[in-house]
Amino acid sequence: MVPITTFHYLVVAAALFVLGTIGVLTRRNVVIVLMSIELILNAVNLNLVAFSHMWGNLHGQVFAIFIVVDAAAEAAVGLGILIAFFRNKETINVDEIDLLKW
Amino acid sequence: MFLNHIYLIPLFPAFGAAMMFFFGRRLQKATVNAVCVGAVVVAFLFACFTVVQYTHFAHGTGQPFEKIVYTWLGSGDGHLNFLKKDGSPAAFNADAGFLLDPLSSIWLLFVTGVGMLIHIYSTGYMAHEGGYYRFFGYLNLFMFAMLTLILANNYILMFVGWEGVGLCSYLLIGFYFHRKSASDAANKAFIVNRIGDAGFLLGAFTLVWYLGSFRFIDINAAVRSGHYLIGDPILTAAALLLFVGACGKSAQLPLYVWLPDAMEGPTPVSALIHAATMVTAGVYMVARSNAVFVLAPTAMKTVAIVGALTAIFAASIGLVQNDIKRVLAYSTVSQLGYMFLALGVGAFAAGVFHVFTHAFFKALLFLGSGSVIHAMSGEQSMREMGGLRGRIPTTYKTMFIGMLAIAGIPGFAGFFSKDEILWQAWTSEGGAYRWLWFIGFATALMTAFYMGRLIFLTFYGQPRMSHEVEHHIHESPKSMTLPLVVLAACSVFAGYLGLPHSLGGSNRFEKFLEPVFAKEAHVMQAEEPKQLAAGEKEEERTDPMEYGLMALSVGAAIVGLGLAYRAYAKAGKDYKEPIAEAAPPLYTVLYNKWFVDEGYDYVFTGRRKVGDVRLGVLGLGEASSWFDSKIIDGVVNDVGWLTRAIAIVSSWWDKWIIDGLGVNGPAILARMLSYPARLFEWGLVQWYALVMTAGLLGFGLYYVWK
Repeated sequence: MVPITTFHYLVVAAALFVLGTIGVLTRRNVVIVLMSIELILNAVNLNLVAFSHMWGNLHGQVFAIFIVVDAAAEAAVGLGILIAFFRNKETINVDEIDLLKW
Repeated sequence: MFLNHIYLIPLFPAFGAAMMFFFGRRLQKATVNAVCVGAVVVAFLFACFTVVQYTHFAHGTGQPFEKIVYTWLGSGDGHLNFLKKDGSPAAFNADAGFLLDPLSSIWLLFVTGVGMLIHIYSTGYMAHEGGYYRFFGYLNLFMFAMLTLILANNYILMFVGWEGVGLCSYLLIGFYFHRKSASDAANKAFIVNRIGDAGFLLGAFTLVWYLGSFRFIDINAAVRSGHYLIGDPILTAAALLLFVGACGKSAQLPLYVWLPDAMEGPTPVSALIHAATMVTAGVYMVARSNAVFVLAPTAMKTVAIVGALTAIFAASIGLVQNDIKRVLAYSTVSQLGYMFLALGVGAFAAGVFHVFTHAFFKALLFLGSGSVIHAMSGEQSMREMGGLRGRIPTTYKTMFIGMLAIAGIPGFAGFFSKDEILWQAWTSEGGAYRWLWFIGFATALMTAFYMGRLIFLTFYGQPRMSHEVEHHIHESPKSMTLPLVVLAACSVFAGYLGLPHSLGGSNRFEKFLEPVFAKEAHVMQAEEPKQLAAGEKEEERTDPMEYGLMALSVGAAIVGLGLAYRAYAKAGKDYKEPIAEAAPPLYTVLYNKWFVDEGYDYVFTGRRKVGDVRLGVLGLGEASSWFDSKIIDGVVNDVGWLTRAIAIVSSWWDKWIIDGLGVNGPAILARMLSYPARLFEWGLVQWYALVMTAGLLGFGLYYVWK
C-alpha cells in the first residue's frame, strides 16, 4: 500500500483545476461553464486544505472558508447575469454572446 | 505847442477812419465830407504850424525833434535783452515815438498837402459812386498809416505804417471788389509788397543785431562814429535787404508788376497812393537810412543801377500803352527809378527834391486824367479820345502844365529836379556813373515822347469817340478843377525852391536838407584820404559841364515832344503808331510789357505750365500732391498689400500644417494603428478566457524555468 502524501492531494487538485479550465474554455452551455468555474474554485480549496494539514496550522482552512463564501456570491451574480442574458437572447449558447465585437 | 502834440497829426485822419467804421453807413454825404476831408485839412494846417515851430526850434542846425509818447515794445528792464553780433548785450526797444527833422518835415508837408487836395477832389469824383463813406474811411486810414510811417522814430513803428499803407493800398485798389480784375490786382499788389516787407524786416533786424537799436538817432550816431569801415559786409547786407523792401513798396525791378495793375482802383486812389505818397515811402526809407547806405558802396551802386534800369524799362513800356492811366503808372515807375538813381549815386537831396516835385505834377496828371475819364463817361482808352482841348479847357491847361513839368522843360518844377539828378549822376565818384547818365538821358527823351503822346492823343486831333459819349463831355465841377489848378501852380513854383547855383539860385531845398545827409565826413577812410564819401558836396563853383548837360537834357525833352507832336497831334480815327510802323516786333514786345507778367506766371506762380511741368508756387503744390498720392499713398498701399499677403500665407499655414498635421494627423495615426488591434475583438467570451489562460500559463512557465 502507498502512503497518501500531500503530493497526492495536490495532483488531484491540479487535475480538477485543469478539468475545470477546459470546461470553461470549451463547453457550449453557459450553465456548464458556470459549473466549471465552481470546479476550479473547489480545486483551489482542496489545495489549500492539503497545505493546511501539511503545515499543521489552520491558515489554509480559514482561507478555504473565505473562498467558499466568495464562490457562493460569484455563483449568484453569474446566474443573475445568465438570466438577464437569457431574457434578451433566448439562448444559453456561449457562442452567441458576441455583442461586444468590433 | 504844436511840436509837443505832433502825435495828433496822424490821429486826425485816424479819427476820421474810425468814425467811418462805426457810423459811416448812416451818415449823409455832407457829414462824411465834413469829417474826413476836414480831418485831413486840420492835419495839414497842424502840420504847417508844426514845421514852422520846428524851424524855430532847430535854428538851421537840423537837429531832430523827437517826441516819445510811450514805450511800446520792451521797457529797458531787461526782459527783452539779447546779444549783439559782437557779444555785448542790448535791449530790444521800440517806442511809439515821433521824429521831426528836415527830411520828415518835407514829406509831412507834401503828404498832407497833396492828400488834402485829393480828398477835396474825391468829393467831386466819387459823388456818384456807391460806397462813399467806405472810400473816405479807407483814404483816411491810409493817411494815418502814411503819417505814422513818415513821423516814426524807429524802424518798427515805421514798419507799422509801412504795412498799413500796403493794407490800404489793397483795400483801395480792390474798392470795386465785384470786379474780378480789381480783386486780382489788389491781391497782386499786396502779395508783391509782402515780398518787399520780408526784406525790410530782415534789414531792420540785421541792423539791430549789429548795432543794438532800432531808433534812427541811435543808428545814425553809431554808424557815423567812425567805428565801421566803408564796405562793412553786415551793413552792406542790411542796406541791400532794406532796398529789397523799397523795391517792393516803390515798384522797382523786379517788384514793380503790381503798380500798373493797381490802376483798377478809382483815380484819386491812383493819384494819392500810387503817385504821390505810398510809392515814395521806399525812397523815404532809403533816405532815412542814408548813414547806413553811405557805408556800403556796393549797395549804393545796386540802388543806382536798379533805379536807372527801372527808369528806362518802364519808360519803354509807357511809349505804347493805350490806357491813359497805365501810361501814367509806368511813368510813375520810371520817375521812381530816377529817384533811386539819385539816392544811389549819393545825391540824396536831389532824389528827395525829385520826390517833392514829382508828387505835385504826378498827382496833377492823375487827377487830370480822372477829370478826362469823368468827361468821357468812364472811357479810359486814348484810342477813343481826341479833340478834347476846347471841351474841357481847365483840365487841358492844367494837364499841359503837368506834362511840361514831367518832361523837364525849363521853368517848370520837373526840370530843376531831374536836371539835378542827371548832373549828380554825371559827376559822382569822379565820373564812375557816366553810363547811368546816358540811361537817364535816354529815359528823359522817352518821357517827353510818351507824355506828349498822352496829351496830344487826348486833347488834340479829331474826336474819335462815339456820339453818345461826345454828347456828355463836360468840364468837371469846381471840387475837381480847383485842386488841379493848385497843383498846377505848385508844379511851376515848387521847382524854384531847389534852384541850383548854376542858375543863380541858392538851392534852399538842399541847404534845408544838409544836416540830414552831410555828416559823412567822419567815416573811416579806407585807402585814399582824398576819396569823397558818397553824398559829400563838391565845391560851390559851377562846372561849365553842368550847363552843357542841362542844354542836352532840354534838347532831349524838346525833341521828344516834337516827335510826339508830329506823330499824334493830328490823329484821326485810324491813326497809326509810329513804332508799330517802324518795327512791329518791337511794338509787340513793348505793348505786352516785355512779357514780364507772363514770365512770372511761368517761373514764380506757376499759373502757366512750361511744357508738361509746372514751376513756381503752384508747381510746388502740384509736386507735393503728386508726392502725396504716388509715394506716400503708394507706401500705404504697399503696406496693405503686404498685410494681405502675410494673412494669406498665415491662413494656408494654419489650414494645412497646423490643422492638417497637428490636429488631424494624430487622429489619422490613431485610426491607422487601431485597425490591427480591432481584429481581436470578436466578442466571444470563451476566446477571451482562453487568451487569459494562455497568458497565465506563460507567466507560470517563465517563473518555473527561471
